[in-house]
Amino acid sequence: MSMLYQSQRAMRAKRQEAMRRGVIAILDIGSYKTSCLVLRFDSSDDLRPSEEVGAMAGQSNFRVIGAATTRSRGVKFGEIDTVQETERAIRTAVQAAQKMANMRVDHVIVSFSGARPRSYGLVGETSLQTGTVTECDVARALAACDVPDIGEGREVLHAQPVNFALDHRSGLKDPRGHVGNRLSADMHMLTIEAHAIETLLHCVKRCDLELAGVASSPYVAGVSSLVEDEQELGAACIDLGGGTTGVSIFIKKHMIYADTVRMGGDHVTSDISQGLQIPAADAERIKTRFGGLVATGMDDRERIELESDTGDWEHDRRSISRAELIGVMRPRVEEILEEVRATLEDAGFDHLPSQRIVLTGGGSQIPGLDQLASRILGNQVRLGRPLRVQGLPQSACGPAFSACVGLALFAAYPQDEWWDFEVPADRYPARSLRRAVKWFRDNW
Amino acid sequence: MRQIIRRRGDAPRDPAPSRWSYRAQRLWLTPLFRSVLRVGIPSFLIAGAVGLYASDPANIQRLQDSVAEIRRSVEDRPEFRVNLMAIEGATPVLAEEIRATLALDFPTSSFDLDLPRLRARVEEIRAVDTAELRVRSGGELAVIVTERRPAMVWQAREGLWVVDAGGERVAPLLARPRLVDLPVISGDGANDAAEEAMALFAVARPLGDRLRGLVRMGERRWDVVLEDGPRILLPADQPMRALEEVLALHDAQELLDRDVARVDMRDGTRTVLQLTPQAMAELRRMRATDITGDRNG
Repeated sequence: MSMLYQSQRAMRAKRQEAMRRGVIAILDIGSYKTSCLVLRFDSSDDLRPSEEVGAMAGQSNFRVIGAATTRSRGVKFGEIDTVQETERAIRTAVQAAQKMANMRVDHVIVSFSGARPRSYGLVGETSLQTGTVTECDVARALAACDVPDIGEGREVLHAQPVNFALDHRSGLKDPRGHVGNRLSADMHMLTIEAHAIETLLHCVKRCDLELAGVASSPYVAGVSSLVEDEQELGAACIDLGGGTTGVSIFIKKHMIYADTVRMGGDHVTSDISQGLQIPAADAERIKTRFGGLVATGMDDRERIELESDTGDWEHDRRSISRAELIGVMRPRVEEILEEVRATLEDAGFDHLPSQRIVLTGGGSQIPGLDQLASRILGNQVRLGRPLRVQGLPQSACGPAFSACVGLALFAAYPQDEWWDFEVPADRYPARSLRRAVKWFRDNW
Repeated sequence: MRQIIRRRGDAPRDPAPSRWSYRAQRLWLTPLFRSVLRVGIPSFLIAGAVGLYASDPANIQRLQDSVAEIRRSVEDRPEFRVNLMAIEGATPVLAEEIRATLALDFPTSSFDLDLPRLRARVEEIRAVDTAELRVRSGGELAVIVTERRPAMVWQAREGLWVVDAGGERVAPLLARPRLVDLPVISGDGANDAAEEAMALFAVARPLGDRLRGLVRMGERRWDVVLEDGPRILLPADQPMRALEEVLALHDAQELLDRDVARVDMRDGTRTVLQLTPQAMAELRRMRATDITGDRNG
């Protein structure tokens, strides 16, 4: 845990240094596409909220100055599969974004969806030394959380305090300054497989970049596509990606659960490819162009040519109706949504006060998905698009970029994590000089 | 299994930049590197090349020679040649003198003429008041001269000089024998007060030919010398008014025609007359007869 603490703090220091320099890159490594945004942070007056232009949900202190998207290669289920190919994809995206920004970026914040995230809810309790709660007490309460066995070869990705309780009062956002006896903190911890992060670190290092932060893609997708009251009252964000479908649950502006379903748009494409005996590239094109989930009588009459160049006349001149295509796609999408429902049930989503579900990600652009999803997941389903941020090109405003935009927001307004608090003195080794220094600083 | 090792020639088209081109682009986007490559290295190379060339004195000599040659070839063009000198506003005698002074060797290039220096040399000639030199089109050097106007003859210790109204010497009188009729001044420093002298001559015009001239006394005040009459001693300040008073006395009582040796105006409050010895004797005799007459009467 101490190693993790050190490495996460090092990443935070790099992020702060990049903020000081004013430029940082955002890299979303997905199974279908790798996109890179270059953000410029500055305090110039043209970005300040004025009479006509509002604060844009508080994200007005940065501006996207470079954006590039490339086809991912070598990423499967949101995890890096072929390192060299992924590295090339990262290089392509970063180079194009740098060229657009006309600026070199050295620090990059990465999000990815795979590596089997697992959520844990932790509770830590401490008695207050003085009457009022100080930041030191918060740190001690967080440090007192009993960490469950997260398993061999797993790493903590997020550990965010989500709730504080003081004596019998629960639901405190910020306990500092309150008077009481016992402070307990609820923490949400997200763990992933360690090899994914190590591979990612290797890839980023091979691209001469420095990793300034890692975020889970379901989390950042929720940050950008859930509106404020949804985050406050409780909602789930379903990020339908290429290789995985991310599920994250928010309440009181904190993520309390995240998981992924290891199925996504690529599986729909491979179903089409297998079912219609066409290459995967053609299947992808047909899916995006003619795909749908709810068949009507009109769809029987709409023919889709399946052109190929094998030399066999019969094979090359096939055509199917759109209803047939829908018939291929729908079972797979239903399967994905069933899995999502199972995940939500495991997470206890039914017990939340609000049952809002927001569908985002590239897969949410399938026509008819909202009808199908409301049939499977419940009534309160809507399609979500990411927040508008300044300077983002029109081509990167679609729901496929919600993780990307969310990562930019995450970079600008990071959530307090467990390692952002100072380590309490009694956690240091017994004879350490730093412990002595810490003790002096706390008591004098 | 898919081929892992990539061999030359069988690589499909890859949109991704190679590692080296990626690094090169990042390097090129580095501000310091960019400024060094675009400004630092070219300026260093230029400075180095110039320094290397200039380190050899033979190169500098050659450079200076070629510059001088180019300059010469431009100066020698017929457009810049000056062929003759035209002198305006000077008498032939003065014109000859100016030519002799300048001693220019025509044809010459207009770049070789140092006009301010030539002008200073022309203006050093006494008879020249101001001079203006300019090169006109057609290769003509025009010298426009304003001569000094002879106003007076000054009888100085070293000889007779013709001077202008400002007191500047124009020429010795011997060189200009025709100017004998000018009014005459004499005495040390007479030319310094030439303007006052001119004013006095203007006041003394009613005296006509009787006026011989003015004598500067002690470089301070003037004496008026008449042909046949008394010497008029003028004060140092306001000599014109004093002379006018004398002339008024002359108009009223023909003072200057009488037998008076000196009219002394130096004391502003009174006029002192010095009689000639005969007049003095006559006066005494007349007074004696007056007394005897009275006694008789």
